Parts: sequence; structure tokens; C-alpha cells
Amino acid sequence: MPVSTTNSKIIYDALKACGVRVVSALPETWLVHLVGLADDDPEMTLVRLAKEEEGIGISAGAHLAGVKSALLMQNHGFLASVNGIVSLAQLYRIPLLMLISYRGTFGEEHPWQTEGGLVTEAVLSALRIPYERLDDPAEVLPKIRKAQTLAGASLRPVALLLGRDLMME
Amino acid sequence: MLRLNAIKAIYPDLKECAVVTIMGATAAELYACGHRPNFFYLEHAMGLASSMGLGIALSRPDLQVVVLDGDGSTLMNLGGLTTMARYRPSNLIHVVFDNEVLLSVGVSFKTATAEGADLAGIAAAAGIPRTATCTDIDSFRDAFRDALAARELATLVAKVEPVLPPSFFIGCHMLENRFEFQRALEREP
Repeated sequence: MPVSTTNSKIIYDALKACGVRVVSALPETWLVHLVGLADDDPEMTLVRLAKEEEGIGISAGAHLAGVKSALLMQNHGFLASVNGIVSLAQLYRIPLLMLISYRGTFGEEHPWQTEGGLVTEAVLSALRIPYERLDDPAEVLPKIRKAQTLAGASLRPVALLLGRDLMME
Repeated sequence: MLRLNAIKAIYPDLKECAVVTIMGATAAELYACGHRPNFFYLEHAMGLASSMGLGIALSRPDLQVVVLDGDGSTLMNLGGLTTMARYRPSNLIHVVFDNEVLLSVGVSFKTATAEGADLAGIAAAAGIPRTATCTDIDSFRDAFRDALAARELATLVAKVEPVLPPSFFIGCHMLENRFEFQRALEREP
């Protein structure tokens, strides 16, 4: 099953429509088209990270500098970013828009992705991060917009879990 | 070299910069030199001050950004050096006060720089175009001013004594500092 170029474009266009101008990312298979779209867009600043937690700092800096940003990462990258989320974004009331590819769910073929899939939502809940799954392309723009609105109003991180049905075709 | 004297040496140049410091002694000593709305003290999230500086620098190319980092914090985010180098913003100067210990917990916990790790060398190998290791005030001040004048991404390592400040007092709440800093950046043309 290939990664959906159509739905990657829908997600990317939604980020653009929401005014996102800085995207930091550590690519994984499901995110390659999204990262490629950001890379090809002269209006977007793409920051390719060495480790996902850097992206929390970059988004914090972008926010304080008046620029809307988003983070693209796999759920294991989210798990690797927890201290940055707690000790920077939550401590300093930074709105983060995190798009997290949700590996290790039903249909997962790779054993190494399965443990992260089991704990992702529990960790989001423990961190009190509002989140929703994105599976239907028709919901992409409204949900990203609403998530960004909540992040901006609450000055806290929010997350959208990019599901298998959305990202694969 | 005393970290406080190194900060004093560049303080006049920081007045027009967006400054992000790490927690603890560095934050307290910059504050003691005279707080300004364009100074942000990152009191936690060790390692991410440099990433924040990169985020500001990429978002606001018109601002000069200065990060005051430490050896312990830099060692926690060595990958961040490669990210800074990759995007190479010309408006970012990354200063590392290297006292070779994790000072907040005392002088007994040496970092790897006490055993030979060379942060300027690591930064250069990561691709940071301008790097230096400075062991006295004059060379540090000169390296800082040269980097400012050159408008080039730099990592400047200042070797400093592991001396605690007389006080860790910061007279504004973290959130007050955060909102004040954001407003200060908005005001900059």
C-alpha cells in the first residue's frame, strides 16, 4: 500500500489555509509526501530535524516571533518529545499544532511499531493534550482549523493523529 | 574567565538582540546585569534554548538572535547543532558558556567537556560556519563582535569558571517574561 499523495496534499493545503508558515519535521514513511510538499513550497520554511524534541523549541521560537507553525512527527517522535512538551510548551503556554502519524494501530504489519501504538493516546491523555483522529479527508481542513483555534485560545499543545485510512491508499 | 564578566562584556551588544538564555546561573547573571523586555530566560527544557533561537531566527530574519547556552545543555541537544548548521541563519549567534560541570547541582558532576569533548570542534564538524573557543574576556568580546559584524551563524564557546552567582533571583514570573518577550519582538520593526 503506497502513501496517499492525494490526502497528503489535502493535509498540506489545510496547513497552508490555516496560515502555517513554519513546519518542523522528522520524516517517516507516512509523512514523506507532506514533507516534500513543504520542501517544494517557497512560502514555507521547512526545518528537517535531527530529533523531534527540537521541533518543540523551534515552534516555541516561531510562536514568540509571531509565526504560525506545525510539527510533523511519528507517534514515537511524540513520545521522544515529552519533556520538551511539558517543560517548554506547557510550562510557558506555547500553542503547538502537532500532526502525529499514528503507527501501531489496526492493520500495522511492522512489529516494531506496535508498542508505541498501544500507549500514544494514553500519553496524550496523561499530558492533558486535546487530540482527535484524522481518518476522513473531508474532515482534514475543519479539524486542523479547530485544533489550531483551540491551541491559540488555550495557549497549549493540541494533537491530530493521522490515521492509516487517511495516509495510505 | 568569569561567566558574569563575559556577559558584561557583550551586554551592550545584547540591547538590540532577541536573547534566549538557559536556566540557572546564566539567566540569573544576565538578569543581574539589567533585565530588558527582549531577554527570555528558558528556566527548564534543558537543551532547547538553541532550538528556540533557531525558531526565532528563521521566523524573523530581520532580528539578530543570541542564545546563551551552556555545556550541559548543548550536550543534551548535539543534533540541534546539525539542524542550526543546515539552515544556517545569518542572524543567530550561539554562545556556549562552558564551565565543564553541571553547576546547578554542584561542581562534582563534570560534563564531557572536562574530559576532552570540544564543543567548538563539534559545532564546526556539524557545519556551523563560524566557531571559536575563547578563554579570556577580550578574545570572547572580539569573537562576539566579529560574528555580529559578519552576519554569520556562529557557535562561540567561552570557557568559564564553575562559579555560582550570588543569587538565582529573577524578578519576573516565567509567564510574565514570556509575554513581555513576545510583545518586545512584536514591537521590533
